[in-house]
Order: sequence, then C-alpha cells, then structure tokens
Amino acid sequence: MSNGAALTLDPLRLIARWSLRTADHVGRFSFLIADMFRGLAEWRVWVPRTLEQATAVGYGSLFIVLLVAGFAGAVTSLQTGYQFTGTLPLYYAGAVISESMILELGPVLTALILAGRIGARYAAELGTMRVTEQIDALESLGRSPVSHLLIPRVIAGLLVIPALTMFANATGIVVGYLTAKGSLGLTYGDFEYGARYFFRPLDLWYSAIKSVCFAAALTTIPCYLGFNTQQGAEGVGRATTTAVVAASVAILMLDALTTKLLLVAK
Amino acid sequence: MIELIDVHKRFLENVVLDGVSLEVKDGETLALLGPSGVGKSVTLKMINGLLRPDSGDVTVDGLHVPQLGRKELATLRSKIGYVFQYGALFDSMSVAENIRLGITDETCYNDAKFCENRVLECLRLVNLPPEVAKKYPAELSGGMKKRVGIARAIAGQPKYLLYDEPTSGLDPVNADVIDGLVERLRDELGVTSVVVSHDVRGSFRVADRVALLWQAKIRAVGPPDQILASKDPAVLQFLERDLEMTLIQAEGTRGRNV
Repeated sequence: MSNGAALTLDPLRLIARWSLRTADHVGRFSFLIADMFRGLAEWRVWVPRTLEQATAVGYGSLFIVLLVAGFAGAVTSLQTGYQFTGTLPLYYAGAVISESMILELGPVLTALILAGRIGARYAAELGTMRVTEQIDALESLGRSPVSHLLIPRVIAGLLVIPALTMFANATGIVVGYLTAKGSLGLTYGDFEYGARYFFRPLDLWYSAIKSVCFAAALTTIPCYLGFNTQQGAEGVGRATTTAVVAASVAILMLDALTTKLLLVAK
Repeated sequence: MIELIDVHKRFLENVVLDGVSLEVKDGETLALLGPSGVGKSVTLKMINGLLRPDSGDVTVDGLHVPQLGRKELATLRSKIGYVFQYGALFDSMSVAENIRLGITDETCYNDAKFCENRVLECLRLVNLPPEVAKKYPAELSGGMKKRVGIARAIAGQPKYLLYDEPTSGLDPVNADVIDGLVERLRDELGVTSVVVSHDVRGSFRVADRVALLWQAKIRAVGPPDQILASKDPAVLQFLERDLEMTLIQAEGTRGRNV
C-alpha cells in the first residue's frame, strides 16, 4: 500500500476507533447511572455510608472552598474599582461583586476546586479498589458495589456541593465588600443598595441549580472512571487524571448550557 | 456440583480458555494448576459469575451461571465463598467488619450479637486470635491477610469455596499453614472447593483431584497419583519447573535463616 493510501486510511481508522470508544463510554456510563437509580431501593445500605462520605467530603473541602471564594471576591472588588472609578456610581460595585459571585464565580470556582479535590479522591479510591479486587470481592459476597460505593459518593456530593457553593457565595460577597471598603471607600449602605438593586431571587436559584448540575458531573464522571479502572497502578493514575480533566470540562460545558437555558432564554 | 462445559474466553486477541470442560463433584477438592497467565483465575471468576464466557456454559447446582439475573446471581454467590489472591480486604474497615460483610444472610447480618460471635468463630477456624478482630488490614502480615480473607469467605457458611492462589507470595512455612487450613476447612465444614494454584506441592496435598490448564486447554485431570505418573510432556514440564521453583524458594529461606 502506498504512503498516500495509508495517510488517507489512518484518519478514518482513528475517527472510527474514537467513535467506537466514545459510544462504548456513553453506553457504559448510561448503564451505570441506571444501576444507581435501581440501587436507590437499597437505602439501608447507602444512607449510613452517604453520611460518612458527606462529612468527609464537606468538612474536608470547606477551608479550600472558602479560601478560593474569598480571593475571588477580593479580586473582583479590586478590578471593579479599577474599571468603574470615575465612570459609574460606586454602588454599582456592590451589584457587580454580589452578582458575579452568585451567578458565576461561586458555583464555577467551587465546582472546579472540588473537581480536583473530590473528583480525584473518588477516582483514585474506586480505581484502587478495582485493581486490588475489592470491588470483585463485594460482588462475590452477593453485595452491590453500586449501592455500597457509588450511590453514597454521588449523593454525598449532591448534598454537600450546593451547600459549599452557598458558603462560597457568602464568603466572596463579604470579602469583596471589605476589600471595596478598604480600597474604594465604599460604604455598607452603598454596597447594600447596589447589591439589592440588581438582585432577583432567581439568581440564588440559578446558583443552586448550577451547583447541583456541577455536583452531578463532578461525582458521576470520576465514579465511572474509577469504577472501570484497568491495568494496575498506572491505570489508577490514568483514571484519576482523566477524571479531573473530564469533570472540569463537563463543568465548563454545563456552565455555558445552564446560562443559556436559565438566563438567556428567560 | 460445578460444571464447565466447552467454555471459551478471549480478551482482545488473547485466547485464554479454548473449549475448557471440567466437573467438580460435591464435597470434592479440585486443584486447578497451570503456569501464570494461563486463565486459572478467569475460570474461577466464571464459576461465581464475575466474568462471563464468550461461549459454552458454567453450571453451579444446576443453575446456568451466565444466564442468571442480578438477584439470582446474588443468591447463588451467597453460597460461594471466594478467597482472593491478595485477600482483597477493605482497607477502611476493621478485620471484624471485613468478616461481617461475608455474612450473606441479611437477618443475621443485621443481628449484632450473631455477627460478633460469627466473627470470633471464623477467626478461630482460621487459627487467628480474637484480638485480630479490632485490627485493620494494614496492620496484618501477608499470611494473616490471607487467613482473614478465608475467614470472610467462610463467614456466610458457603457450600462452595473458591481459592485464588491462596499461597502465592507466602514463604513455605506460611504456605504450609494455609494448605493445612484448606484441608481443615474441607474436613470440618464439608465444603466443595476449587483451589487455583501454581504450587504443585501444596495442591497435591489438599486436592482429591488435580487438573492442569495448559495453553488455554485442560491438559490432564485426575487424582494426584495419576498426574504424578503421567508421561504427558506438558505435565512433566510443569512438574519439573515447579520442582525447580521449590528448590529456589528453599535456598532463599535457608539463606535468610543463616
């Protein structure tokens, strides 16, 4: 076969292989989600484990989430001052800081931080359990790994991540106000006026809905990848990095999608 | 009774099992021997439905394992204890919690007093002191982990016990202890066992019958004496290689003791 023919065929083969692999992942991911819904009936198994996971994940992530939210609020405040001073009334800063935190920075930054923290943890834990045959051991004992391992992790994430996002929103707004007060001389009255002027209850709902969507992505994707780990320690490493990257990309895609569906379409 | 009928299995291009047929009678201990990577563990995983054959059938107590639904498979698995090669103990749970997971009857599993007694009973059966119950897998030696793995497998009072390389990674003294345990459990509990191993000496000690898996096929089956007397070149080659490994291990042990 000539080189030209090989070059023509290879991209086709690559596309075909990629399509097959994608279809395989989509199929197996869908079956896993269906298994999770089926496993909800075994609530005696997953409820106690969910509480354990929620404590570990929520309490352990609180500091880093608040730290990042605080810095995000401070930077937003400083940049608002840099761009608005002399052109717009100061109370606009209150609106920009609070709306930026609630609509975008709080949910997205929290989710991205947790994709690294929780996503990596879930993928590495489940991957290690897979390669050391602990998941096989559960199955061989007639117990469902989905109810014992996956459902508690996903539900813990779905409960904890929206709560962490709300804490992040509050922290960002408070730190943003304190920074604006120090750097711009913004009074609490002006800040509150600006924040209230542009605020609608939908904004908080939007923030909560976004965080639930992000929570679903950043728990189910790492769980799926960890659960299907192959080839020993190298496989665990690959599953962990892939989980963080895939969850982060999914979060950004969902960010665009939810904005389009909930805000732009309104 | 466990029966494998013309079982085929391949992973991508790699043919692992090519028309394997095998029968394990009730109360019998069968040792499945063969070199590493020949498909012994795959065979074992097919018996309790962790893997499905590409073609052929696997029956346990007359049930066709590859065709069983989720619930039926879970019921069948409650009758089959599985001892994993490296124990497969749950790191985040204590030894007692690990063994408790092996209690497959839900009523018994939720009865704390029953579980406590059963855990201690299983530890006794595998010659471990009751204090081990509170320890975590990371605090145990390799031999102890294997024994806890066996304790977990027998906690549900199974009818069948599947051992996946129960003595691999152990020194000859600990390997002897585990072999003794396999014999003792067979005598005390009357279970039907399949022992997958590449340790000829230990397998010949515990097995009523021995099967040699060689190049994806069953090459020889029979009582240990019959296998030892076989003139089949594959059987001879495997036995000689194992004899060499035993000598190397014995040298290593002697060297460490000096």
